[in-house]
Amino acid sequence: MSHEDTPKGAKITFQVDGRACEGFHHESLLGALRRLGFEVPSLCFHEAVSTYGACRLCLVEVQKGRKSRITTSCNFPVTAGLQVRLDTPAVQQNRKIVFQLLLAKAPASPEVRALAAEYGVHSTPYKVSEEAKDNKCILCGLCARVCTEVVGANAIAFSGRGSHKDMVAPYDEAAEACIGCGACVEVCPTHCIGLRETPEIRTIEKWHRDLPLQKCEKCGRPFAPTFQLMTLGKRVGMKLSDFKVCNDCR
Amino acid sequence: MANRIKSVSDLEVYRKKLLAARDPKRKTVAICTSGCTAYGSMKLNTAFREELRRRGLEQKIDIKLTGCHGYCERGPLVVIHPAGIFYQRVKVEDVPQIIERTLLKDELVESLLFKDADGKPCPHEDDVPFYKHQMRVLLANNSRLDPTSLDDYIALGGYQSLAKALSKHTPEALVKLIKDSGLRGRGGGGFPAGVKWESCRKAPSADGVRYIICNADEGDPGAFMDRAVMEGNPHLVLEGMIIGAFAIGHPGDPRGYIYIRNEYPLAVERVGIALQQAREYGLLGKDILGTGFSFDIKVNKGGGAFVCGESTALMASIEGDVGEPRAKHIHTVEQGLYDKPTNLNNVETWANVPLILERGLEWFTGIGTGDVKDNPWGGSKGTKIFALVGKVNNTGLVEVPMGASLRDIIFKIGGGIIGGKKFKAVQTGGPSGGCLPDSLLDMTVDFDKLSEAGSMMGSGGMIVMDESTCMVDVARYFLHFLAEESCGKCVTCREGLVQLCVIVDRICAGQGKAGDLELLEELGNTVADASLCALGQTAPNPLRSTIRYFREEYERHIRDKRCPAKVCKALITFSINDKCTGCTICAKKCPQSCISGEKKKLHTIDQSKCIKCGVCNDVCNFDAVSVE
Ligand SMILES: Cc1cc2nc3c(=O)[nH]c(=O)nc-3n(C[C@H](O)[C@H](O)[C@H](O)COP(=O)(O)O)c2cc1C
Ligand code: SF4
Ligand code: SF4
Ligand code: SF4
Ligand code: SF4
Ligand code: SF4
Ligand code: FES
Ligand code: FES
Repeated sequence: MSHEDTPKGAKITFQVDGRACEGFHHESLLGALRRLGFEVPSLCFHEAVSTYGACRLCLVEVQKGRKSRITTSCNFPVTAGLQVRLDTPAVQQNRKIVFQLLLAKAPASPEVRALAAEYGVHSTPYKVSEEAKDNKCILCGLCARVCTEVVGANAIAFSGRGSHKDMVAPYDEAAEACIGCGACVEVCPTHCIGLRETPEIRTIEKWHRDLPLQKCEKCGRPFAPTFQLMTLGKRVGMKLSDFKVCNDCR
Repeated sequence: MANRIKSVSDLEVYRKKLLAARDPKRKTVAICTSGCTAYGSMKLNTAFREELRRRGLEQKIDIKLTGCHGYCERGPLVVIHPAGIFYQRVKVEDVPQIIERTLLKDELVESLLFKDADGKPCPHEDDVPFYKHQMRVLLANNSRLDPTSLDDYIALGGYQSLAKALSKHTPEALVKLIKDSGLRGRGGGGFPAGVKWESCRKAPSADGVRYIICNADEGDPGAFMDRAVMEGNPHLVLEGMIIGAFAIGHPGDPRGYIYIRNEYPLAVERVGIALQQAREYGLLGKDILGTGFSFDIKVNKGGGAFVCGESTALMASIEGDVGEPRAKHIHTVEQGLYDKPTNLNNVETWANVPLILERGLEWFTGIGTGDVKDNPWGGSKGTKIFALVGKVNNTGLVEVPMGASLRDIIFKIGGGIIGGKKFKAVQTGGPSGGCLPDSLLDMTVDFDKLSEAGSMMGSGGMIVMDESTCMVDVARYFLHFLAEESCGKCVTCREGLVQLCVIVDRICAGQGKAGDLELLEELGNTVADASLCALGQTAPNPLRSTIRYFREEYERHIRDKRCPAKVCKALITFSINDKCTGCTICAKKCPQSCISGEKKKLHTIDQSKCIKCGVCNDVCNFDAVSVE
C-alpha cells in the first residue's frame, strides 16, 4: 500500500533508533514517541490541541528512503517504514542553540532554565535585550490554541510579526471575550499568565481581565466567574439562574 | 454572448478573420504604459492622439498602450511597428517629430535613438545591446500587444495552445509533456512543474475537488518580472493556468485563484479585464471552446506581507487566516487549500506552459542546461526573467536562456558597472539569496549551480554591487529585512534572526569580538536547518555567502576595526589632507559645523563632533578629504 492509500489512524510500524515500534498512520511523531516512552523535550506541544511547531525543541532526525534530515517531531506525521533517530549530533547541536535562543528570549522563566539545564545548557552567548530581561513568555501559542480550540472563547491571539510578535489580549486591553476559565493558565509551559483571586474577583493577569465571581447560593463560597457561567450556559441553552449553586452543594 | 467562440475550429476561423482585418504594414506606435507612466508615458499617449487627430491620421495609425518592455531605465519607451524602431526617453515635445519624420516619411529621429558604448545609434530594439544578448520569449509580445485586448493576443496566436491541449492531448499526455520539458518552478524552489502536476492529479480527493493557484505575490523588493508579465500579457498566464487545470484533472468547480500582491493595482485591473474577456469569448468558465471542460479563475488580493508568498501562508491567507506558514510534511499537492489537493505555480511558470505546447518539447529542452530526459531535476530548461538592478548601467527586466553566464548578464546586457567602477558582488534570488564574488562571474546561471554556490534562483532578483559596497553591511541589511518579515512563529527564525542582527550590528559598529564569526556561522546553520519554512531556512544565505566569499572583510571589521569599503560609519574617520586649498566650502556645508580653518589655509575636522555624514568629501573639489 502506498502511504496515500493508508487510512489515517491505521496501525503501522516504524523505527526509533533501530527499534521497531507501533504507531498510527499520520499521528504526530512526538505524540507517538511520548506514548512509547521516549524522551524528547518540547514546550509548545499539547495533545489536546493542534500542533504549531514554534519552540523547535522536539527535533529528531528522520529518514525515508535515502534522505536523512532534521525536523521537529510534533508536526511530523508517522508513516510506515519511517526511521527516526533521536539524539544524533545534529539534533544535539541544533537543540543546544534553540535552548540558548530561548534563554535569551525568556531569561526570567525558571521552567525554561530548568529544561535547558536538563540538556546541559546553562547559559546563552546571545544578547538579552532590555525588554526581554523580565520576560517569561516564549510565544509558544499554546494559550491561544487552548482558548480557541478547547474553550471556544477565542479571547487572545498573536499580534504583530517577526521580532514584534507578541501574545496579548486584543489591543492589549482587557480581553473582553475571556471567560476566566483558567485553561490557558494551566497549559502555559512557563506559567507566565497569572491568575489571582479575591473573594469577589478573579483576575487573569496577562489578559488584564477582571471577572466578578459568582457566590454559591447555598454555601456562599465564590465558585466561578459569573461571565463564564453565563457564556457556557448560553452555549447549552441554560440561564444563569440554573448555575447558582456550586458543584459541591449540588 | 456575441463573441463567444464555440469550438476549437471556430478559434482558428476567428483568428483568420482578425488577421484579414489587420494590415501587417499598418504603422503602430507602442507606448509602454506600465512603470513608464511614472516618467509621463500617459502624457505621450495624449500627445500622440491629439497630434494624429490634428493631422487627420487617427484612422491610419494605431496607438497601442503596452506593458513593460524591460528597459525601464530608458523610459518612457516608444516602439514603432512594424519596423521595430526603438525610441527611448521620449518626451511630449518629440511627438510631432516622430509623426512627421518616422511615421510619415520613414526617417529616423536620431536624437531619440539609443547609442551604444561607441556612440553608434541603434535604430531597432535588436540593435540595442541590452536587447541583443537576451532571448525574449515570455516577454516577446510585451511591446506588441495591448494587454487589454484579447483580440491582440489571439491575433498573435494566443489560445492556440489551449485549443491544442483540449483537442489533441489527453490530460495525462500534457502532464508528461510538462514533465519531459524539464520546466521547473520559477517562484523559488525550482521544483519540476510536471512532477507537481502529476502528484496533484494523482492525489486522492473524496469529492474530486482540486485547486489551481497562481502565485503572483512577488514580494521581493526590486523584483517586477511577474508584474511585467501580468500587466503586459495577462492572457499568457491565464492560458497556462487553464491548460494546467485540464491536465491536472480539475473538476470544473470551484474556481482557481490568482493571488496578486496587494501593491499591484494595475496588475489586478489588467488580469481582471483579461478574465472577463476570456469568459465572454468562451475561453474560461463553462464548456471552454465547446469541449465540455470547465474552469474559472478568481483574483485574490495578497495579504501584504513578504511571507504571504510562501505556499502554505498564501493558502492560509486565501482561507482568511493570518498568512503564517505551516509544516509541509504533508504536501500541499495532497492537502493544500481547504485541505484539498492544490497545485500552486508561479506566474512565470504558468506563462511558460502555452509556449511549450506551441513550440514543442524539443524547442524548450534545446534551451538551457543539463539533461532532463528521464529526470526532471537533471537540468534547467527554458528562459528566465531577471530583474537586473543595482550598480549596473542598464537596469531593467532581462530574459536569458538558462545557463547564461553572470558575466554576460551583467556586462553584455547590463553594460557593466556604473561609472567604470569595479564589480564586487551580485546577489541573486531576492533578499535571501547569496552574494557571489567576481571569481564566479563565469558561472552559468541555473538552479543547481546557484544553489551549489550558496545562492539561489529565487524569483530572479539580481542586485549588482560595486567596490564601494561593504559586504558586512549588505548582510546586515538583508538580515534586518528578513527579521522584520519573518512571521515570528518559530524560535530559530524569529529569535535566531534577531540575534544574527545583533551580532552583525555590533561588528559594523566596531564592537565585534573574537569568536563572532564562528558564532554567526553556528547560529546561521541552525536557523537554516531547524526553521519551519523556506523563509527561515534561506534567511542566512546573504550572511553565509558573504562570510564564505568575503571572510577577510569581516575579519578586518572585527580584528582591525576597519571597514575596507569605507561604509560602516563607526569604522571610518574623515580628515583633511594637505591638498586643502582652504576654499571653506566644506566648513560651510558641514551639518555639525565641526570644520574650522582660515580662508586659504589648511582646514581641520573636530573628530569629537563629526557624524561621518560624508558631506565634506562630497563637496570638496580638491580631493582634500581623506576617508580611512
Ligand atoms: C518567504 C517566501 C516568499 C515567497 N514568495 C513568493 C512569491 O512572491 N511568488 C512566488 O511565486 N513564489 C514565492 N515563494 C515560493 C512559493 O512558496 C512556492 O514555492 C512557489 O510559488 C511555487 O511555484 P513554482 O513551483 O512555480 O515556483 C516564496 C517562498 C517563501 C519561503
Ligand atoms: S482564561 Fe480566558 S483567555 Fe484563558 S483560556 Fe480561558 S477564556 Fe481563554
Ligand atoms: S503566555 Fe504562555 S502559553 Fe501563551 S504563548 Fe506565552 S508561553 Fe506560550
Ligand atoms: S521560518 Fe520564519 S517565516 Fe517561516 S514559519 Fe518560521 S518564523 Fe515564520
Ligand atoms: S563627515 Fe560630515 S560631520 Fe564630519 S566633518 Fe565631514 S561634513 Fe562634518
Ligand atoms: S572643501 Fe576641500 S579644499 Fe575646501 S576647505 Fe574643505 S577640505 Fe579644504
Ligand atoms: S514541540 Fe515541536 S516545535 Fe515545539
Ligand atoms: S516600465 Fe516601461 S519599459 Fe519597463
